[in-house]
Amino acid sequence: MHVVIIGNGIAGTTAARHIRKLSDCRITMISDESWQPFSRTALMYIFMGKLKLESTYLYEDWFWEKNRIDRVQARVREVNPAAKNITLGDGSVLSWDKLILATGSRPVKIGVPGENLPGVQHLYHLSDLDVLNRLSRGVECAVVVGGGLTGVELAEMLVSRGIRVTFMVREKGLMARQLTPEESNMAGRIIREHGVDLRFGMQIREIRGNGRVESVVTNDGLEIPCGLVGITTGVAPETGFLYGTGIETDSGLLVDEYLRTSVKDIYAAGDCAELRTPAPARRAVEPLWYTARAMGETVARNVCGNPEPYCQGIWYNSARFFETEYQIYGQVPATTPSGITSLYWEDSSGKKSVRINYDTATGAVTGFQTMGIRYRQQVCEHWIATGTHISGVLKNLSMANFDPEFYRRFEAAIRACRLS
Amino acid sequence: MLDPLSIFLRGRPADQWFLYGFSYTALVLAMGIRFMYKYRGNAYQQWRTVSVMFFQLVFSFLIPAWMMMMNQPEFYFSYFWPLKYEYLFPDTVGWFTGNYARTGVFLVFWGAVMSFIAVPLLTWYFGKRWYCSWVCGCGALAETVGDPYRSLSDKSLGAWKVERWMIHSVLLIIVLLTLLLWINSREQGTILGSYSLIFSKTYSFLIGSMFSGVIGTGFYPIFGSRVWCRFGCPQAAIMGIIQRRWSRFRITTNGGQCISCGNCSEYCEMGIDVKSYAQRGEDIVRASCVGCGICSAVCPRGVLKLENGTVSL
Repeated sequence: MHVVIIGNGIAGTTAARHIRKLSDCRITMISDESWQPFSRTALMYIFMGKLKLESTYLYEDWFWEKNRIDRVQARVREVNPAAKNITLGDGSVLSWDKLILATGSRPVKIGVPGENLPGVQHLYHLSDLDVLNRLSRGVECAVVVGGGLTGVELAEMLVSRGIRVTFMVREKGLMARQLTPEESNMAGRIIREHGVDLRFGMQIREIRGNGRVESVVTNDGLEIPCGLVGITTGVAPETGFLYGTGIETDSGLLVDEYLRTSVKDIYAAGDCAELRTPAPARRAVEPLWYTARAMGETVARNVCGNPEPYCQGIWYNSARFFETEYQIYGQVPATTPSGITSLYWEDSSGKKSVRINYDTATGAVTGFQTMGIRYRQQVCEHWIATGTHISGVLKNLSMANFDPEFYRRFEAAIRACRLS
Repeated sequence: MLDPLSIFLRGRPADQWFLYGFSYTALVLAMGIRFMYKYRGNAYQQWRTVSVMFFQLVFSFLIPAWMMMMNQPEFYFSYFWPLKYEYLFPDTVGWFTGNYARTGVFLVFWGAVMSFIAVPLLTWYFGKRWYCSWVCGCGALAETVGDPYRSLSDKSLGAWKVERWMIHSVLLIIVLLTLLLWINSREQGTILGSYSLIFSKTYSFLIGSMFSGVIGTGFYPIFGSRVWCRFGCPQAAIMGIIQRRWSRFRITTNGGQCISCGNCSEYCEMGIDVKSYAQRGEDIVRASCVGCGICSAVCPRGVLKLENGTVSL
């Protein structure tokens, strides 16, 4: 059997690794972007000079050889499900018995005049980093559009080069649809403390420049001069080259619970996949490192004939707002639903917080969200999965703490929040 | 120039050893303050650095100087056999007990208790970090002066293999040498004759001076900051075996949160590919880990934690 994987991001590489664990079949992994699978989430650290590109490679060369995972650096021009083959950019044809699409995302455009000017840049691909490196030279001011985590990272990257950043967010708060207001405010405060000019409720109407970006015009007609515009308004599944293959798509490649597309022997995993029946409170497309890795593992089992439905599990994510870490386990929606009580503690420094959501009637905890404090994933997930009562959770809260030794502990203060 | 200080501390004029000790300590203190500033938000790094600075200044500089002033042997309470190999050589033991009466007996007793009881116990409880990155003077220099070079350590599998062969060979050599010297001394020198001095001088020159001194510290900008600790130190070898097999110490990976960015491996001074464990969600239990905690400090997702023991649900 020959399994071909298109894409060598975390979904593709995880799939390859787990297929090898289960089977002796031939594995080929194709990527146009990079011969070496690397960590996309580390791009910012390369730009900031903390890491070399080689340090971000997922595995060393011997790993791919030892596990007999063939790597091909090429663009896939065409997928032909009937003949069970693919055509690469140089015209060569590769046949497959099973095909895994792990093509990831592409950054979305915002659709304003001037968007194609040199100096308007996304942050997604490895090549974006080279462009950003070149563009940021000699630039004094930049505008970042789009208030997600990538926007925050891009702002931090540019600030590290001494560039003045105006960070434009369409909503009334930072990540207002994902974050509860207190945490959103805290993140916004931290970003501003690092010198970023954070503007809410502001949209871009036009990008002006003569051969290169010179300024942006906002929806209120304000013109902001800048030498660089970073667009981080989101990503969409990368499915363009699959039109006409008969694979059913909506916003992504539609997959069933076994991550099978509508075409036999073609599977999809990671950002490009769209679940036909997502779990309650979960999205059909979750473009996230952790979900892509989990899907890669599941798709490997299904390809190898050990059918296993993809389980979205208990939601978790982590991020960073400059030096302040953020973690979430379970459900902590931006607006606390009725029937749920939200216990919130914030340190007087305004840089640490813990939020625990629980069912008002039964007391069962449903979610944890922390800023500036590390919590232990296994413990939080266990409490959520077993519906542990909030009193029991607060009593044993120190078990959840994952901060380094000698850090100040706040369990008593958090417990006190419930009583007040 | 350093004469007044040397006379004040040791009761005698400065010599090359005083200059060496003074420069060493001054560098550790100066670069230690820089290090503390760099990791100012991290309490573990603060306490650890205060500790290595304290042990360098007090135990490796002031106390040995004061002992010289008191006409006692220049003794380093924070180094033990087999790193400070001569403390359990028959010559040294004879010299301490013969010339320094009760003090000498105490020093030999201290050295033996530390080597055979305290080191194994503390390493079982805390991992080798209690010594390597909290007490040891070599560690003090590596953690402070060597900090800018920590990412130069070789992370390849080949280097790991060389490390295991080299460090255990040095341990084997010093254990055999010590045993041989004791048997020889029991037999009134009939086995080795005049060779006993040559053996101990050769070890002292090759391992004690060239490896630990010149290559171990002088080559920071080429091999990284912990060459001696990683490839040579027999003390580290013993504690490494205890840490790997029996210690409660481990670096815990927080569930599936690793994003494989590579910061942990990049900044590991011992050349451990921390990421290869973290991205699989595995705990890190490695003989060489000195528990400096930098992997945990540079992790952008807070995935790593140095722990004594595990949390059970």
